[in-house]
Amino acid sequence: MAEATMNYDEAISKFDPVLGLEVHVELGTNTKMFCGCSTVFGAPPNTHVCPVCLGLPGALPTLNKIGVESAIRIGLALNCEIAEWCRFARKNYFYPDMPKNFQTSQYDEPIAFEGYLDVEIDTDEGRRTFRVPIERAHMEEDTGKNSHVGGATGRIHGADYSLVDYNRAGIPLIEIVTKPITGTGKYAPEVAKAYVAALRDILRGLGVSDVKMEQGSLRCDVNLSLRETPESKLGTRSETKNVNSLRSVERAVRYEVTRHAARLTAGDTVVQETRHWHEDTGISTSGRAKSDAEDYRYFPEPDLLPIAPSREWVEELRASLPENPAVRRARLVADWGLSEIDMNTVVNSGALDLIVEAVDAGVDPAAARKWWTGELSRIANDRGIELEELPVTPAHLKRLEELISAGSLNDKLARQALEGVIAGEGDIDAIVKARGLAVVSDDGPLLAAIDEALAADPAVAETIKSGKLAAAGSVVGAVMKATRGQADAARVRELLFEKLGVSE
Amino acid sequence: MSDLIRKDASELAGLVSSGEVSAVEVAQAHLDRIAAVDGDVHAFLHVDTAGALASAAAVDVKVKAGDKLSVLAGVPLGLKDILATNGLPTTCGSRVLDGWIPPYDATVVTKLREAGVVILGKTNMDEFAMGSSTEHSAFGPTHNPWDLERIPGGSGGGSSACVSSFEAPLAIGTDTGGSIRQPAAVTGSVGVKPTYGGVSRYGIVALASSLDQAGPCARNVLDTALLHSVIAGHDPMDATSINAPVPDVIAAAKRADIKGMKVGIVKELGGEGYQAGVRSRFEESVALIESLGAEVVEVSCPSFPAALAAYYLILPSEASSNLAKFDGIRFGNRVGDDGTKSVEQVMSETRAAGFGSEVIRRIILGTYALSAGYYDAYYGQAQKVRTLIKQDFDAAFAKVDVLISPTAPTTAFKIGEKLDDPLAMYLNDVATIPVNMAGLPGMSLPIGLAPEDNLPVGLQIIAPAMADDRLYNVGAAIERELLAKWGGPILGMAPELAGA
Amino acid sequence: MSGISQEDVAHLANLARINIPADQLGHYAKQLDAILNAVAEVSSLDTENVVAMSHPVPMTNVFREDIPGVSLTAEQALSGAPAVEDERFKVPRILDEE
Repeated sequence: MAEATMNYDEAISKFDPVLGLEVHVELGTNTKMFCGCSTVFGAPPNTHVCPVCLGLPGALPTLNKIGVESAIRIGLALNCEIAEWCRFARKNYFYPDMPKNFQTSQYDEPIAFEGYLDVEIDTDEGRRTFRVPIERAHMEEDTGKNSHVGGATGRIHGADYSLVDYNRAGIPLIEIVTKPITGTGKYAPEVAKAYVAALRDILRGLGVSDVKMEQGSLRCDVNLSLRETPESKLGTRSETKNVNSLRSVERAVRYEVTRHAARLTAGDTVVQETRHWHEDTGISTSGRAKSDAEDYRYFPEPDLLPIAPSREWVEELRASLPENPAVRRARLVADWGLSEIDMNTVVNSGALDLIVEAVDAGVDPAAARKWWTGELSRIANDRGIELEELPVTPAHLKRLEELISAGSLNDKLARQALEGVIAGEGDIDAIVKARGLAVVSDDGPLLAAIDEALAADPAVAETIKSGKLAAAGSVVGAVMKATRGQADAARVRELLFEKLGVSE
Repeated sequence: MSDLIRKDASELAGLVSSGEVSAVEVAQAHLDRIAAVDGDVHAFLHVDTAGALASAAAVDVKVKAGDKLSVLAGVPLGLKDILATNGLPTTCGSRVLDGWIPPYDATVVTKLREAGVVILGKTNMDEFAMGSSTEHSAFGPTHNPWDLERIPGGSGGGSSACVSSFEAPLAIGTDTGGSIRQPAAVTGSVGVKPTYGGVSRYGIVALASSLDQAGPCARNVLDTALLHSVIAGHDPMDATSINAPVPDVIAAAKRADIKGMKVGIVKELGGEGYQAGVRSRFEESVALIESLGAEVVEVSCPSFPAALAAYYLILPSEASSNLAKFDGIRFGNRVGDDGTKSVEQVMSETRAAGFGSEVIRRIILGTYALSAGYYDAYYGQAQKVRTLIKQDFDAAFAKVDVLISPTAPTTAFKIGEKLDDPLAMYLNDVATIPVNMAGLPGMSLPIGLAPEDNLPVGLQIIAPAMADDRLYNVGAAIERELLAKWGGPILGMAPELAGA
Repeated sequence: MSGISQEDVAHLANLARINIPADQLGHYAKQLDAILNAVAEVSSLDTENVVAMSHPVPMTNVFREDIPGVSLTAEQALSGAPAVEDERFKVPRILDEE
């Protein structure tokens, strides 16, 4: 099954890769593109269907305004022009997951076209920006879902029959297609991955989709061809479907480069075909050959009227766009004085927006970052919930920090206070009071506790006096334990050294 | 046989609302008539006796309660079998849908039910509305009550025949290229294709989406207007539905005054190719119109001769796509699924077995016209011709208020006569097609019998978009004069059916 | 312009998923050829600079608000299906991958 491949570095030394990426994003609208059925994921089969999305005879589509608006906002965020007038078209082909046996899509009149997206990657020469040219972004509808029964693998081949659930049929999709991406050289896999990641961030920032690659709300097809030199004509491309994680995007490009190179070097031609990516094995296998039998007989959809977005509407939507994620990220890195690595941690934790909110409310950036990527991420992770679902507000964090800097709470007590917030015990002050959380500031009880600790471990005093100051930790720990965490550890240490006549 | 069946819809509605006659009695009289004559006429594919009596009884309850009733409450109606009816079979005259029961109502059906109109059943039609004779129904042809050997027009031959055989005073048809008007013409009844977008298409099985329009069929102009007013109006479920008030067709039908109007004769729709008796009755109508104080002028629409060709590219193209959903997966019949064949094979066998030859012919033609490499020459070019036709109409309506022509080139022909010659069949719609291409409203009105065969001849009246009321004003004015001349409705001249 | 062969009809029938028996291809080819000759009349008019008309109503921007409506129950949705299993539409095995 696996085809011959060539070492990547060798392949790149012989050929110039040309990339193309097609991304399908499912919009997070309340209803489907052409009917009022819900788009919520995971409903029992065939319960989010109606005559329209089941393609029953006589039913007619009606166009979701938010679907169109989302398409325009995506186009604008990708620096596209927005069509002054465009239509839907029918793409005619038979397939059991497509209720009407045509897909309502856009053909030669996409709603958005001629854009670009700049992406940054690390290269041997440092950070470098690549401009990915965008050909178009157009509106269409999703298909139903087939599951295959019988046969060995649960795959389509060898199955006895299939079962179709049309809940997904008609969910709005935006297809975003790049122009051929040239000039990446050996960085083609990284550029591809960075593009999809940047696109995902933009779509998330727009709030138009939950962009979950693992649930299929963001899907990527990778087109790749090789040519001998950047001056040569474009080579024959393969289209690898089902590339559904960022890591796979990178791997699929790398794999196809090595596969194409092996074929071309061996004197074989590359077949223009659809290929299927296999996440588990990291290879692609041949799917359907593109033949002239594939004639989609596009024509303007007569049941839907043309869309002519007024320039006022477009400008209104442009004004409502959030800051570009890449620009925003650069700004925050500077404002907060973070390293790129710190910022990556923040972004990957999914806490960026929450931290920004806290900072906007007056919390110190470092503190906000510490709480959200540390303790709160741990709690969310333990409970298997999203950070956003925690009932912790910027006001909570702000009050917590005030109490810490006033010396009336330490870190450990602050964590207990947050637990109280999450348990719904009220605001910080109420929790501090109810739980009796306060740093013991009176030296008397602390000195008593120190004496107790030293008595329990008579050897330790001498060890400290002999200059091994690290041994103080066990005494401080014992005092903290005895005071149920309410002591100020630094003060305990001070008092201990004073008592033993040791200076730090 | 009860004399209720010969009464007009407006008269029946009055009898029911005043309590003189119950809606159940009216429905029963028509059901009896169907039982007596439909064996010969075959206007109905499905008669819903229980449903009709139940909805009639519901009207009677309202009458007793003194509730406000619609203008057609308690009046029976035949529904073309292309409109989806919740709980009632909907076949489109095709084997592929034999036994399918939709889980929803077309908007027109909802409006009829809300108005208390009593749906007697579903009427026969050419399969998927492809035809001009109703011979292409998978369930056998409908017969013209004027001569059972002849066709009742098509595709809505069941609707025109049920009205002209007194099985129902009203019927709903759909008109893609003439399927309401041509059947009306050859059966001596009235039929109107409203402005495109005037009546919701939701729930009407699509033939050619950019041409299809449902409309009313009746035995006189006022009844047609009443039905028009019940089914028309904006529907958010149909994106192509016009969001504007429905023209006041009832007032227009009552006005019937054309003094001072300008009426245009379309030069290209008449003359050569039109039967002599059709031409002579048309010429008499022109004289009649002039005698009523209207000015008649001739206008030229030079692109009309290409309309038929453009239509037979646009229609099959859209139909080839619209009919793709009939594949035996989600509804309808499935053929050849023996557990060994692939879904591709089963779809192909289902469609081959389910579709008749005319449907297959048009699907193949449309598939060809949309194919890469042929699109510009065929479909694209046809859409440009469509623009020219629209421009011809625009120019004509800059000069006149309405246009007129014969509805069909001939009177009803014999069953079987044109069945093997698709091109000859297509010519039946030569005068009606331009109206659909431009999305305009058109009416066919009976204007007498052709002397050579004593069969009805229709006059077509065409108005600008959303000026449907003009059709009714003009039609009612001519009708009033003709009724006086004939001494009664034209259908009174039709031979008695054996069952009567 | 035309000249449609039996092979053409077979190809079109395949695109349209209609299983036309081989012995009927010639019949359809002949009829389609005659029709195509007739409809070639669309080329008789000068359509340079004429815009193609896809919709008979001069309206644009007809939208629906993004508010959920009523869906069918699974029972209603599946009521007309020729074959059902596990609340899903049952279809014969699929050969072509999409």
